[in-house]
Amino acid sequence: MSPEDFSYVADLVRTEAGVVLTSDKVFFLDTRLGPLARREKEAGVDALIARLRSQPTASRIQAVVEAALVPETRFFRNRSAFQTLADLSLPELVKRRGDKGLRILSAGCSSGQEAYSLAILVQESLPQTPTEIVAIDYSRRSLEKARAGLYSHFEVQRGLPIRRLLDNFEKVDENWRASAALRSKIVWSEANLLSDLSGLGQFDVILCRNVLNSFAPAVATACLERLEGRLAADGLLMLGVDEGLILPASFKPEAASGLYRRNVAFVREVKMA
Amino acid sequence: MTKTCLIVDDSRVMRKVAMRIVEQLDFEGVEAADGMEALTYCRAAMPDAVLLDWTMPMMDGMAFLQALRQEPGGKAPIVIFCAAETEPAKIRQAIDAGADEYIMKPFDGDIIAAKFEETGLI
Ligand SMILES: C[S@@+](CC[C@H](N)C(=O)[O-])C[C@H]1O[C@@H](n2cnc3c(N)ncnc32)[C@H](O)[C@@H]1O
Repeated sequence: MSPEDFSYVADLVRTEAGVVLTSDKVFFLDTRLGPLARREKEAGVDALIARLRSQPTASRIQAVVEAALVPETRFFRNRSAFQTLADLSLPELVKRRGDKGLRILSAGCSSGQEAYSLAILVQESLPQTPTEIVAIDYSRRSLEKARAGLYSHFEVQRGLPIRRLLDNFEKVDENWRASAALRSKIVWSEANLLSDLSGLGQFDVILCRNVLNSFAPAVATACLERLEGRLAADGLLMLGVDEGLILPASFKPEAASGLYRRNVAFVREVKMA
Repeated sequence: MTKTCLIVDDSRVMRKVAMRIVEQLDFEGVEAADGMEALTYCRAAMPDAVLLDWTMPMMDGMAFLQALRQEPGGKAPIVIFCAAETEPAKIRQAIDAGADEYIMKPFDGDIIAAKFEETGLI
């Protein structure tokens, strides 16, 4: 891949999705675009980019950008934060919401493991509470996999305890499929974190993990502000490990690493000013 | 103190693979080729963890697990099945018999590390 082609694609990825590809990512990008070039029946990555540059249609841009995003995820990633959510945060929120139930957002859900982990927690600890989990991502391919809820032998064994696997998945050939009960709790939707999210409504808990750390700082801050706009005043925000540094003063950390609450004192000050 | 992990499998190759992985997790690995050998080891010194194959000559994994849990101090070790069996009903039998976790073969270092974390071993 020529340096010109690399910076062309890197610019696209940054303006489209906010994700920064530093110049040491040439090999990474090449290996990501290879399979896409094959699917598109192009001679190779160079031909794929040449076609994109001469005819940059929305669907070509989308396909190249999503191929450059890192989909890495796992069930119950950062286990202790999920534990705190289940043991303390969710019951407390439910007490306040009563019959209204809960809405939870998985922002940057990738292939769905995060949303299914939430669905399992809700099923286990709040079986009576009507709960809607909304899961969004830029990547259509990731969303397709998430929606199918079909995971490999290796994927289910990283982070999913055996009991939770047996209770919530059925074996399909060599793979495992999330139960209909789990799948019915989640609404999947294609959405860009750089765009207006107000159509999604308001949430009691927002998870946005291992996404912001791939954005430029100013983009991450703006994205956090948009997410804050979607969060109930007493709602909770869950970031990835070590992602709290960029958090504005309008949030304060909860007990477990990665969980934050809106800083009510801060909100009040702003209102009085 | 270094924790010990008893690796019970009739395949020498499997034991070596598992041995390398548990050592990377800072465990001291010990090997046994079947349930009988494993039980003899446990009677002398209870390990912290057992990685247990199911189908083995002499005494299979299930028989070993049932015998181990009857031994004095035999409830303490974390027992993780590590077997080729992937049928949900069979896996549930293993868990009901007192196994703490279950790994379906084939596995890799990531999976063992995840299951060790799951059971509080690391
Ligand atoms: C590394 S994965 C993290 C998945 C999951 N949240 C976790 O922590 O395991 C990052 C995800 O963010 C998505 N993503 C990146 N930029 C995005 C954007 N601008 N809008 C929506 N999703 C985005 C990627 O497609 C990818 O699925």
